[in-house]
Amino acid sequence: MIRKTVDNVQEALKGVENGMTFMLGGFGLCGIPEKAIAELVRLNIENITCISNNAGVDDFGLGLLLQKKQIKKMISSYVGENDEFERQMLSGELEVELTPQGTLAEKCRAAQSGFPAFFTPAGYGTEVALGKETREFNGKMYVLEEAFKADFAFVKAWKGDEAGNLIFKGTARNFNPCMCGAAAITVAEVEELMPAGALDPNQIHIPGIFVQRIFEGRNYEKRIEQRTVRKTV
Amino acid sequence: MLDKNGIAKRIAKEVKDGYYVNLGIGIPTLVANFVRNDIDVEFQSENGVLGMGPFPLEGEEDADIINAGKQTITTLPGASFFDSATSFGMIRGQHVDLTILGAMEVAENGDIANWKIPGKMVKGMGGAMDLVASAENIIVAMMHTNRAGHSKLLKRCTLPLTGVGCVTKIVTNLAVLEVTSEGFLLKERAPGVSIEDIKKATEGTMIITGDVPEMVI
Repeated sequence: MIRKTVDNVQEALKGVENGMTFMLGGFGLCGIPEKAIAELVRLNIENITCISNNAGVDDFGLGLLLQKKQIKKMISSYVGENDEFERQMLSGELEVELTPQGTLAEKCRAAQSGFPAFFTPAGYGTEVALGKETREFNGKMYVLEEAFKADFAFVKAWKGDEAGNLIFKGTARNFNPCMCGAAAITVAEVEELMPAGALDPNQIHIPGIFVQRIFEGRNYEKRIEQRTVRKTV
Repeated sequence: MLDKNGIAKRIAKEVKDGYYVNLGIGIPTLVANFVRNDIDVEFQSENGVLGMGPFPLEGEEDADIINAGKQTITTLPGASFFDSATSFGMIRGQHVDLTILGAMEVAENGDIANWKIPGKMVKGMGGAMDLVASAENIIVAMMHTNRAGHSKLLKRCTLPLTGVGCVTKIVTNLAVLEVTSEGFLLKERAPGVSIEDIKKATEGTMIITGDVPEMVI
């Protein structure tokens, strides 16, 4: 067994520097690497490029890094829930590359899987395709999109083991598995870190080969963005 | 004239037995409330769930189970969770039978704009560009005119596009229309709405053939 465990978030983030490109899992505030984000805030790492589907809310998730102006560029598909983000973007302080959500996921998966690029129909004929190669396959037009390159991927899983194997829960899975192994170093934070052998190999979502460092985070806030309930059964 | 629930009710009639359906945010989300309960349908949410159920009972919310609108949800028997790349594989690979989404503008050639107002509103396209570029069966749910009273059914979109030539059907508070090579074909009128009313609210070319029936909801 090849051990991937590190003691804490400080050790897990060793090597992060100003100006790096980070991938961060999560959809909205669901399944975000809370501990890694808090540590990036504490370290005050600046000029970051973040690849993340969303940008958090004003006072949580990536919003915490935005507040301190640590982010130079965001690559996201939807940023609607964050006023500070919109302000920085419209004023030109923050560089933003809006990318269709499926393309964003696939640019991660391509990096993970060794594809330099792929063709997708998403964005053809729109400003997203400007300057990009397009090609027709079977009568339909496609846009060439390139795999991401990143220094670190920060992902959040439900359970993990010492070998770096990961299991996700519910829709907190989202972009996290796609980002594992898609950056030079993948850091996984989990709610429950188990000894090797404790997780059933049949149930592993991401094999440990895609993960370089794993640690257990405590007291996850798991903030809910839109608490919706029904009254009757 | 229909309200938002009325639009959702009419669109629900387009949902057929055995369909996998992706619902966008806003009016499309309401469609789930009106689908006949004697047919089998599964709702997909692009953040990674198939077999979405109703909102949870109070106290049973789970921060790890949400829909693409970031609302807490439940799952139904037979549901599954998956990652974002797999989710868009379902969409791009045309395994999802019907996509229902909102729009700011639709053009008579099937172009759609719903993600950006330059200099004003930039929230991002989310999954909309993937959905409209991939799905064969796309219904737009929207009001016929915007808040300023201007038509949202245009000759050509004025806002940045989300997709080109992709919309097949539009259901508004005034009418049901299909996109054809000649323009918007008026199929049905909302209750109490005249052809004249619809003409006035439609900037794009509209084709009217014979009696246009009133919607049955």
